[in-house]
Amino acid sequence: MRGRYRILLGAAPGVGKTYRMLQEGKQAHAEGRDVVIGYLEPHDRPETAALAEDLEVVPRLRVAQGPLFVEEMDADAVIRRAPELALIDELAHTNAAGMRHEKRYEDIDDVLDAGIDVISTVNVQHLESLNDAISEITGVRVRETFPDRVLDEADEVVLVDLSPESLQERIRAGKVYPRDRIETSLANFFRRDNLAALRELALREVAEDVEARRQTTVLDPLSLQAVGERVLAMIEPQPKSQRILRRAWRSSQRLGSDIDAVWVRPPGYRPTSEEATQLAALRRLASILGIHFLEEEGDDLVDAIRRVAGERGSTYIFVGTPDERRRVEILRGSLLSRMVRDLPGVDIRVVADRALRERPEQ
Amino acid sequence: MRGNERKKPPLRAKGSPRSRLLVPFTSGRLDEAVLEAAIRIARVEDAVLVPAYLLVVPLEFAPEAPLRGQVEVAMPVLEAVELAGSRAGLAVDARIERGRTAIHALQKLWDAEHFDRILVPAPTPGRPGFSAKELAWVLTHAPSETLILRPSPDAREPNLESSLRTGALE
Repeated sequence: MRGRYRILLGAAPGVGKTYRMLQEGKQAHAEGRDVVIGYLEPHDRPETAALAEDLEVVPRLRVAQGPLFVEEMDADAVIRRAPELALIDELAHTNAAGMRHEKRYEDIDDVLDAGIDVISTVNVQHLESLNDAISEITGVRVRETFPDRVLDEADEVVLVDLSPESLQERIRAGKVYPRDRIETSLANFFRRDNLAALRELALREVAEDVEARRQTTVLDPLSLQAVGERVLAMIEPQPKSQRILRRAWRSSQRLGSDIDAVWVRPPGYRPTSEEATQLAALRRLASILGIHFLEEEGDDLVDAIRRVAGERGSTYIFVGTPDERRRVEILRGSLLSRMVRDLPGVDIRVVADRALRERPEQ
Repeated sequence: MRGNERKKPPLRAKGSPRSRLLVPFTSGRLDEAVLEAAIRIARVEDAVLVPAYLLVVPLEFAPEAPLRGQVEVAMPVLEAVELAGSRAGLAVDARIERGRTAIHALQKLWDAEHFDRILVPAPTPGRPGFSAKELAWVLTHAPSETLILRPSPDAREPNLESSLRTGALE
């Protein structure tokens, strides 16, 4: 069974992630668990080094880099040692050339696969999706990044928080960097505005993570069914479908829901060139709006929509004003009344052309 | 005149495709004078009016990234333009297109679809929109006839809502 993965996320270096990791390791050790340090980055911080003293350290791997040697985590040694819990610092670290994996988070994956629990640390600035935002905020382009899926797949993401003021205090006191680097760091990366922005990003990241977990784990399927919304826009290769798509998207934004768009075409039907142009334009709009575009075949529009709505979990369907002839409506029943009858529990909204709305006399 | 009365377009030979008039704009606005002119031209030619809002994808995003934030700004403007066109009795087929620059988005649009005429607002000093350099590029590269229209001489802020209320655009 895969090990349990706990990530300690910080807004910036020096907030106390490594210290917290060691505290948690020592606590687990005191409770009788078999704990080792897989890799520790003490950053020349005496308090951190002191905390690590009682814990077993798995020897590092010495890797030749030209005339020099660098030390890396020896993931195989950690796996051979087979502890219950391994403490592995700095998951975004890039390994020396020649190692099995390029990045440390990949080594951690191997350790987890071996059934070993892992506590690791990382700063929000390394998160791949935030790289550009961080660069804009701090003026520093972070090279060591890790994909967002690492946070998503972790069992727990815990924010190690420290206010910008307290972090600056720690830096001034020489607890983060040596004395000769204090002024430079406070004037650059560790400026208060930088730290506040980074802290906001870290807080938001953890809040989103909590929200995602709440939705997927806390709510049982029945509750999810009761409160969750998913929008489905029924479109045709016609100009009016642009409006349907836009209006459905706006509603989905308000509902905070996902949205799909579907075109149901009769089996074997080949769109005319004009329709193909309209479809391409609709696909482009769907891509801009982040809408999943589906194309389905079906003899019966309502049957096909019912099938798609069932598969996608749609709760709210947007449809344009039907262009039905009265005769067809009488013989086969109107599209809308059939939809209401055949799609129980699904809201249906007819998107009208606002230009047709009555206006007051001028 | 009743508010919802729609003006009939001129007769067109049955089966002949309607010409398409592209009106690209960007930066959250379309000059009122330009819109009025576009509506007049489309009505005279019985053309489909294609207002197109051009979104610029910042370099930090992938070229195909969804742009929800920008669309929030674009949509009300586009819908107002669409509404003005529809109320004038025109067939309207609105677009939102994206590119690394407004010109790139425009190029993608005319690469994907045919337009018989392109109507571009001229730059107004101190106001967002196409620059003179971009217009020069459009004139050189556009695949169809291009008209450049001067915005309102007083460069007043566009007020589509008041125009729609008073019917000034019809």
